[in-house]
Amino acid sequence: MFDGRDPIYLQIADRIRTEILNGSLREEEQVMSTTQYATTYRINPATAAKAFAQLVDEGVLYKRRGVGMFVSPEARDQLMAGRRERFFTDVLEPLVAEARVLGIPLTEVADRLRQLDAGSGPTAAPQVARTAAPEGAALEDGGVR
Amino acid sequence: MSFGVEVQDLTVEYGRTVALERASLTLAPGAIHGLLGRNGSGKTTLLSVLAAFRRPSAGRVLVDGEDPWENPRVMAGTCLVRESGDVEVDTGMKDTLDYLERARPHFDRDLADRLMDTFELDPRRKPTKLSRGKRSAFGAVVGLATRAELTLFDEVYLGMDAPSRHAFYDALLEDYVEHPRTIVLSSHLIEEIERLLEHVVILDRGGVLLAEDADVLGARGARVTGPGPAVDAFVAGRRVLRREQLGPTVQATVDATLDDAARAEAHAAGLEVGPVDLQSLVVHLTAKEPAR
Repeated sequence: MFDGRDPIYLQIADRIRTEILNGSLREEEQVMSTTQYATTYRINPATAAKAFAQLVDEGVLYKRRGVGMFVSPEARDQLMAGRRERFFTDVLEPLVAEARVLGIPLTEVADRLRQLDAGSGPTAAPQVARTAAPEGAALEDGGVR
Repeated sequence: MSFGVEVQDLTVEYGRTVALERASLTLAPGAIHGLLGRNGSGKTTLLSVLAAFRRPSAGRVLVDGEDPWENPRVMAGTCLVRESGDVEVDTGMKDTLDYLERARPHFDRDLADRLMDTFELDPRRKPTKLSRGKRSAFGAVVGLATRAELTLFDEVYLGMDAPSRHAFYDALLEDYVEHPRTIVLSSHLIEEIERLLEHVVILDRGGVLLAEDADVLGARGARVTGPGPAVDAFVAGRRVLRREQLGPTVQATVDATLDDAARAEAHAAGLEVGPVDLQSLVVHLTAKEPAR
């Protein structure tokens, strides 16, 4: 965790966004304080504070004076809209490019997508469970090694 | 209760050796600063001057707005822990802690006792009887529990095994969060401390090579990989720190912060762009003959 090319504060912000999207952080729920975040993930508290400041600017989190940071009531919808917009450019286009490199016909890709869709059913619940699960593992290897 | 530091044109000479030459830097109060650089780059000299263990040959040093030399107020708020502990080695550790509890205004004895436990140090023993790693650990205990407004750790990790070092980093962060103060960590184990840092100073040959926010530094540098001609065309005009070739593939490390447009350009040219970790960046920037 936290080893991509982006500065760590951007990665933290992304992680919180993902937690809101997959439902492990709910609207109006209090998020960890910057100090808790810093000691849990072994990062400088200023780095964590920067991430929170960015999310407050975006309206994803809001501050209650003297209490802490909370998830905004409209955060999930707002994030969902943003991610949906980026899904095609960020996920689908690279997928198509990779399929071309590998010589996989797009019809085959489409067939597989239909199979997956039929197999998993219409509910998004398993997706939530899967992304929320590695929490404990990420805690252990996060931060200073 | 945090001291800031202002250093202007600091020069320190030992006889004919110039340890620091016109070094200038600012350390903001209340932040954790990393002091990095090769052996002999001037790290220990700088810390010694900040702690008023050594007098500058020229230049100006201000700690919390005042010259630290022979300055009781500033010295009372400054704690330097040099490698292998820097404590009274022939006194039982309990006696040293008793003394510090009386002498240091913010000394936290409970924290000291807890940390003695963490590092499995027997307070009845003398540091001379300990391994190097245990002596260093005692230095870490002293540095943290003193809770000085300006706390300087000069390679305090020496000889400490990996679990002890991580226990030290955890203890440092936990106590810093509760009691923010100015902390300077000099270290060669950059990967281990990188994420603790808010600000990074790199010394090279007695001068300040760079001083920057850790986040900014984290985004600096890029590793560009792909077909030779495409890589060379992309890095032309950028400062190349290292170029490696394996068959037709070239990997070039450039000292540049690539924006989205530059990344898109690289991508369009069929190049892969990867990050450069702080450790590698420091190695490249402070190599014997860097490509300048």
